[in-house]
Order: sequence, then C-alpha cells, then structure tokens
Amino acid sequence: MTQKTYAGIMVDVNEEGYFTNSSQWTREIAVEIAKEEGVVLTDQHYAIMDFLRNRFNSGEPLSIRSINHSNVIDVKTFYQLFPGAPLKKATKIAGIPKPVSCI
Amino acid sequence: MTKEQNYPIKKVNLICAKGAIEDVYATLVMGNGAVMEGIETNIFFTFFGLDAIIKNRMDKLHTAVVGNSALRLPGGLRMPTLLGVIPGMESVTSWMMKSQMEQLDIPPVSEFLDLIIAGGGNIYACKLAMDMFKFKVEDLSEHVSGVITIGEFYAHAVGEGSQIIFT
Repeated sequence: MTQKTYAGIMVDVNEEGYFTNSSQWTREIAVEIAKEEGVVLTDQHYAIMDFLRNRFNSGEPLSIRSINHSNVIDVKTFYQLFPGAPLKKATKIAGIPKPVSCI
Repeated sequence: MTKEQNYPIKKVNLICAKGAIEDVYATLVMGNGAVMEGIETNIFFTFFGLDAIIKNRMDKLHTAVVGNSALRLPGGLRMPTLLGVIPGMESVTSWMMKSQMEQLDIPPVSEFLDLIIAGGGNIYACKLAMDMFKFKVEDLSEHVSGVITIGEFYAHAVGEGSQIIFT
C-alpha cells in the first residue's frame, strides 16, 4: 500500500495509483490527479465521474458500453474527454479501482 | 505507477476471416480492447468474416452445431452431431450464446462496431471477398471506412510497434 498527497490530503493508492479507499476522494483531489493525467476537468468530466462512482458504489461492473447507459455523455464524447485509455483514466481520476472488464 | 514496457504495442491490425459468433466476437473483443487501451486499431473483414459488417446479417450470426467438437449441451455433455441436424438447433444454440453474452454486458455486433468507431478504430472490408460474394458497398455497415485490398491493409499496418493478428 502506497500513500500519496493530493490537495494537502494523504490518500491510500495501489502501485498503479488507483485509490484503494474511494471515500477519501474529493473534487479538489480529482483536479490534481487529472493534472497528472493531462486532463483539465469540466462539468462534463465530473458528471461522468459521478456516474462511474455511483455505479461502482452500487457494485455494478464498469464497461465502456455502460457509458452509453449513463444518460450523461456518449462513448465518443467519453473518448474525447479522457483521451487515450478513457475508462482507465476516468476511474483513476474518480478515485475508484481500475475496472477489470474486457469490454 | 505503471511500469513502462520497452516495446509497447502501438497499433493492432486484426483480420477476421470467419463468420461464426465466436470468430467474430474474438475479433471484436480484441479490437475494442485495443481501442480502450488507446492503441490505434484497424480491423479487416474478409471471406465469411464479412457477415459481421453486412447490415442485414451482422446481428444474426450463428454458431455451428454440426462439426463443432467443442460444443456442449447445458450440463456439460458433448452435443451429439445427430442432435445438431435437428431443424432449429443452430438457431436455439446461437440464441443461447447471445443471451449469455448479453448477461455479461457484451453488446450485439452492430453496437460493438459503434463502440470501436466511437473510440477511433477503423473498419475495412476486403475487396476480393466483396467481389466473390457479390456484395455492394450499400450492403455494408456505415461504419466501414473502405473496401480495400490486402496490400492496402498492409500499408495501414505499417509502423513501429504494430501487430497483425489473424483470428
């Protein structure tokens, strides 16, 4: 277990930088992780991160397909908001574990 | 932090030449998986694999019930070849496969292509196979970027860290 300091708060992360305790996450922390990932957060980013966090907290699997069911954004926009590997990036910034899904 | 690999895969070029559910999904899962990882992705559909990008066939793929030695009945017993010849058996088996996949949040072929395109993947149809099966461009899904030759496909695959995978 590693610890990192974001926005003056010490949080627990795994070796890849994903939060191991999602309740330590705040919006201010997200801004700093996003900076590390080269993403500038907008309201749309927060809206889809809220969706991902809610889905994670209710135990539902996260997949790229589930973004289309979010009623927030479509998959294409998701790729634009978090360029590269969006699901990995978005979950990291949202303070939840890396999804294990293949789809 | 993630350990950087010395030779990361930068581009994945998949060839799908068969049209059964399991063949097409192997290609689509690998293709979409590459897109999700931020890897440039090209998928080339040829021969019976073309069914996956033909509009009125793509969501009606079947899995073989005759001559498929790995196929088992619910419960685990092998599917006898003679059962496979019963009319409707292939449809029922294929329907069961698709409903199992839906439970795992695996999308139908058309929606899978939507996801790959949304992430910037490219879909190509093989010119030779199109001519052979007498398909027209209008028969293809709107997601197909072009009807190309194998030579053109190789040209798309050029680059360091590029892989060609035949499924």
